[in-house]
Amino acid sequence: MPFDPGRLRQMGAFTMRFSNLFVLAVVLVACASASAQMAKYDNVGRTATPEEIQARDITILPSGKGLPPGKGTAKEGALIYATRCAYCHGATGKEGGPLAPKLVGDTTYERGPMTSWPFATSVWDYINRAMPRYQEGTLTPDQVYAVTAFLLYRSGIIKENDVMDAKSVPELQMPNRNGWLPSRLEDIPNLKKRGGRNGQYPGPDPPAAH
Amino acid sequence: MNPKQSDRRRFLKSGAALAGLAAGSIAIPSANGQSLKDALTQAAADTYKGTPGPAPGQQFDPIYGVRSRYETTGRVGGIGAFHHGPNGKFSRPFLGALTPLQDVIGIITPAALHYYDSHGYIPPDIDPKQHRLLVHGMVDRPMIFTLDDLKRLPAVTRTHFIECNANGTTSGHGSEPEATPQITHGLTSCSIWTGVKLSRVLEMVGVKKVATWILAEAAEGTRFSKDIPMEKAMDDCLLAYGQNGEAVRPEQGYPLRLISPGYEGIYNVKWLSRLELADSPAITERELYYNTTVTEGKYADHKSRWFRFEMGANSVITRPAGGQRLESHGFYEITGLAWSGAGSIRRVEVSTDNGRTWKDAELQGPVLPKAHTRFGFAWNWGGEEAVLMSRSTDERGQVQPSLVELGKIWDVDANYLRTHGLGHANAIRPWKVTADGSVYNAI
Repeated sequence: MPFDPGRLRQMGAFTMRFSNLFVLAVVLVACASASAQMAKYDNVGRTATPEEIQARDITILPSGKGLPPGKGTAKEGALIYATRCAYCHGATGKEGGPLAPKLVGDTTYERGPMTSWPFATSVWDYINRAMPRYQEGTLTPDQVYAVTAFLLYRSGIIKENDVMDAKSVPELQMPNRNGWLPSRLEDIPNLKKRGGRNGQYPGPDPPAAH
Repeated sequence: MNPKQSDRRRFLKSGAALAGLAAGSIAIPSANGQSLKDALTQAAADTYKGTPGPAPGQQFDPIYGVRSRYETTGRVGGIGAFHHGPNGKFSRPFLGALTPLQDVIGIITPAALHYYDSHGYIPPDIDPKQHRLLVHGMVDRPMIFTLDDLKRLPAVTRTHFIECNANGTTSGHGSEPEATPQITHGLTSCSIWTGVKLSRVLEMVGVKKVATWILAEAAEGTRFSKDIPMEKAMDDCLLAYGQNGEAVRPEQGYPLRLISPGYEGIYNVKWLSRLELADSPAITERELYYNTTVTEGKYADHKSRWFRFEMGANSVITRPAGGQRLESHGFYEITGLAWSGAGSIRRVEVSTDNGRTWKDAELQGPVLPKAHTRFGFAWNWGGEEAVLMSRSTDERGQVQPSLVELGKIWDVDANYLRTHGLGHANAIRPWKVTADGSVYNAI
């Protein structure tokens, strides 16, 4: 019988109070017996090849991990923006439209345009991942760097000739980097550092009801 | 032609075909050229010939059954658009539809009535034979699974609600006197999900100790994605291919949906096709637009509070409720739903006097963790004005706050909450019964 927390919980052996400890135990057991577990489900699924992973892995981390080679400047981005983005987002990016948000504006506002995001990697990622709508994935890495540069330049974050590439994008200090709570990524799962209440609300935990 | 465009055209065509299907024009050829449906419908017509009631064929579909034509409840929603307000504030297009909670019976939401909120994006048309789940990143062995692979693994079945963080809104349409439970709370639905535990698949790939997050990604145009903490993934997440005894519906993520029980709706990634394990969250777009903040009081700090994982203790009376009318004096069972992202509902209290006094309601069962729980409360209405409320307590001891109490948590007053949007607005919902029996939203 595999070690199955759901099953044990159903049987009433554990209350939620112990669930965190229990998850830890499950993780430890899972790590210790990874090879034994794999043998249990023989020939279900298959190993992914490096080519298959590369073809689908578009993840970009705030550290810059995942950013492809390539580069672009705001000058180059202006033309791409005009032909691929302006139709929905407006001529300068400050307008927005009925189906698309504005992209340039107050970068310190908490619900501002994408240049108010805490990481330039997220801006690069979203353009690469999701734009232009209905033609996603058709921009080359150079073009994504260039459009990123254009939006950052228009928002006053970089200069017109600054080159955006895999090194400079993650190094950019975004104006609203500290506009997010908790601001340190490593604190996000730590509910104690988040002001309690599972992050749902600000302030301290209320006393539990009895 | 650009392959993406061609995909889109194909999708539009199949969409038209689906619309035809919905209109009852399905054609499955049978041996003599007559469609199977026509043949069976004719047989039904012959069987019921001369009997009273609606015409046969209008009440009966032998292939995939339909509800009685007298049952007309449905989702409501809109296609929405961006709204630009002062200071650059905007909201995304809302291609969504809300569950008619006041008409849902018991705790399960029919799949056809399960809310959806696609923020402008049309469900993709995915052939399950072609669908692949890639699990990679900080693992010993990156793997690819087909749907059939996942169905070969040990299955689990769990009943869970999925709730949008915007549910229960106390402002805008949620503050209108005519608002119904569908309008105020229709962004929660509850299904029986069947699939594989995510932890089982993670065992198979072998999680490296440094991995602390999983990015879950969808096979739709914008590659919708969301960061999930590893602890949650190992706890109770499911890779669900089944919903209420059949395949997950297209607008719910067909053919594979990540279920993150009790977490905000957006953690339940639809059309799931990729899981990447990493030592950091990726911080993709969905984390960056919708984070609650307030513009008054001590928390008006221009900070966004992100990764607000879990939905709080909540409940709503679904009958009698806004938009309904009590036709006569006498006995009514006050009934409603309670739920919490923290686990099981432990207690529901009902007040019929605007919160002055509270009495325990009956939990009608089954009472399941992170699932809608039905409650009932016996009530005799003598024609007096009354304000009905429900208040839930979950197994962690969290008590659903009143509007004023929710305001205190955020250091704002009740009127602020009636005029400003706030995520996770799990305030107690008052329904006012007037002397003529009409019921109104009295938030």
